[in-house]
Amino acid sequence: MSKILEVKNLRTTFFTHLGEVQAVRGISFDLDEGGILGIVGESGSGKSVTSLSIMGLVDEPGKIVEGEIFFQGTDLTKLDHKDMMQFRGNEISMIFQDPMTSINPAFTIGNQLREVIMAHSDLNKDQAHERALELLKMVGIPDPESRIKNFPYQFSGGMRQRALIAMAIANNPKLLIADEPTTALDVTIQAQILELMRDLKDKINSSVILITHDLGVISEICDKVIVMYGGMIMEKADIKNLFAHPQHPYTRGLLLSIPTNVTGKKKRLIPIEGSPPDLMDPPSGCPFSPRCPHAMEICLKKAAPLFKISETQEASCWLHHQDAPEVSGMVKVEGEQS
Amino acid sequence: MIGYYLKRIVSALFTLFIIATLTFFMMRAIPGGPFTREKPLPPQIIAQLNAKYNLDDPVIVQYFNYMKGIATFDLGPSFKELGLTVNDLIRQGFPGSMKVGFVAVMFIILFGIPLGIISALKQNKAIDHVVMVMATIGVTVPSFVVATLYIYFISSRISWIPITGLSNPLAYIGPAIALSGYSLSYVARLTRSSMLEVLRQDYIRTARANGLSEFRVIGKHALKNAMIPVITYVGPMIAAILTGSFVVERIFSINGIGRYFVESVNNRDYTVIIGMTVFYSALYIVMVLLVDIGYSLIDPRIKLGRKSGD
Ligand SMILES: Nc1ncnc2c1ncn2[C@@H]1O[C@H](COP(=O)(O)OP(=O)(O)OP(=O)(O)O)[C@@H](O)[C@H]1O
Ligand code: SF4
Ligand SMILES: [Mg+2]
Repeated sequence: MSKILEVKNLRTTFFTHLGEVQAVRGISFDLDEGGILGIVGESGSGKSVTSLSIMGLVDEPGKIVEGEIFFQGTDLTKLDHKDMMQFRGNEISMIFQDPMTSINPAFTIGNQLREVIMAHSDLNKDQAHERALELLKMVGIPDPESRIKNFPYQFSGGMRQRALIAMAIANNPKLLIADEPTTALDVTIQAQILELMRDLKDKINSSVILITHDLGVISEICDKVIVMYGGMIMEKADIKNLFAHPQHPYTRGLLLSIPTNVTGKKKRLIPIEGSPPDLMDPPSGCPFSPRCPHAMEICLKKAAPLFKISETQEASCWLHHQDAPEVSGMVKVEGEQS
Repeated sequence: MIGYYLKRIVSALFTLFIIATLTFFMMRAIPGGPFTREKPLPPQIIAQLNAKYNLDDPVIVQYFNYMKGIATFDLGPSFKELGLTVNDLIRQGFPGSMKVGFVAVMFIILFGIPLGIISALKQNKAIDHVVMVMATIGVTVPSFVVATLYIYFISSRISWIPITGLSNPLAYIGPAIALSGYSLSYVARLTRSSMLEVLRQDYIRTARANGLSEFRVIGKHALKNAMIPVITYVGPMIAAILTGSFVVERIFSINGIGRYFVESVNNRDYTVIIGMTVFYSALYIVMVLLVDIGYSLIDPRIKLGRKSGD
């Protein structure tokens, strides 16, 4: 299967006057064409900064300081502003967390939709209007002919997110990045929006990166997952392995901290003790070491490389090293990988 | 919609009525009258003058007569400018004040807003610092200083720029600069801070994520939202600027109405004081109404006459 996106050793830092915030610290991952990749992690783990780096939208004073982002072979980090504009909203689109604030209150839904369509095509205003109507229908907005003239304040949160999804898919993007697209919505609406996204993904034939802190959502629609912590990748796995045999103490903690009534049994929530690392002055070793029940000496000195557990699973934890003490469920592997 | 305007007009008229009434009685409550002089006039002459202008009627009668006049747009005679009515004074002075004021307002809008935008886009860069320092100076330096500096350094050295009067178009530059200095600086600051606020909004990131050009992101998506507080300030400001400035009109020898605001108070020229107040208030109320209409055009959530909300 060919790769639509390959991120290599991405490092994004914010140069604030208080110091350098190392939000993303050398992460690598890729996305298969047609795949749905989930990114999970606690607040502040660098999920949004990762996606904004791909979009080339990292805010001042942030900068990509190292690494490459290949989109269908083009390194996006090398593009200038003008070339990047051709990709945004066209080849690569993004949906944001808060639909209440992510849509301009001063223009009608139709105006904003037509604008995106016309920015990336040769359609005239009437054709763009037709296309906008079609898009509103696709995202399930009833009575699009009259709704298209509405201003955002006349839309509920769920409807706004649908309108924003319509903008994002307007030009049939090959990659759709959704940064917590349902977090701000009611539970019932959340399910509908996820359903819609999965649906549209197949219709327009795109690949998806879905960022969330909800492992339940991940389990429902993703096929691969990246677990991030402190700006680094802790574990990469296909969905089945991640839930069946998590290979990183942090992933285990995350799984324990979600209500597991998905499987029928009601379990007590076990929050992970402690708080995420200070990215201004991150621990030199494994970022999870201050909170890890298995932390060893080496963990404090050196971050673990990604150990390849199987063809579809990698974890960044010293417990996979031959010399590490036995911890039940943790697989030992030959040699260190990448 | 029409009902809304009707309601607004009725309430505006009511406001003007209150203002006229308050001014009328407040003026009468202050000791001294239009014919008080340092060297007192003989009592018979004062009595004659009072009789001539009906100032010997009971105050309440004077009040009703005055209000009757206002209702027919007759603001009464001036006690000081003999033979002239307040209407005459406004008719003579307002065009000059208005023309200079109009140029000043144009300066404010055409320079204040763009400077604010540039400053916001170049936040903390050299140009931002320069604009903001100038804006601070503009807000603090009084108009007579600006006017004097202008005359000293510019119009008195460049022969084809008239120093006083409004004899040719270039003559408007000086008074307009002096008149607009404060507001221009204020508008630049307001635009800058409003723009910076808007540029932080999520919908600006959405616009960029949609691949729109920076020109569209700033000129369309940010600007429309950023103009809301600016309009709030600019509306009433226009009323104040169009009614002239005593100081500026004096320095540039412009025949305007700015001076009547000051002179009438010194002279206890009752009718001129009330007339000017009512005239200014009426202009002010009209501008506020225009601001409201402007709002509803910019921010769709504000529907005229209706409560906003989902
Ligand atoms: N503009 C910025 N200036 C300085 N630091 C920033 C900026 N944006 C993000 N960061 C920092 O980068 C780190 C990662 O933030 P990011 O938004 O990627 O987290 P996240 O994983 O998306 O969290 P959440 O689940 O809360 O959205 C945080 O520590 C944050 O403080
Ligand atoms: S590397 Fe060490 S500290 Fe980090 S998760 Fe593994 S055992 Fe814990
Ligand atoms: Mg985030």
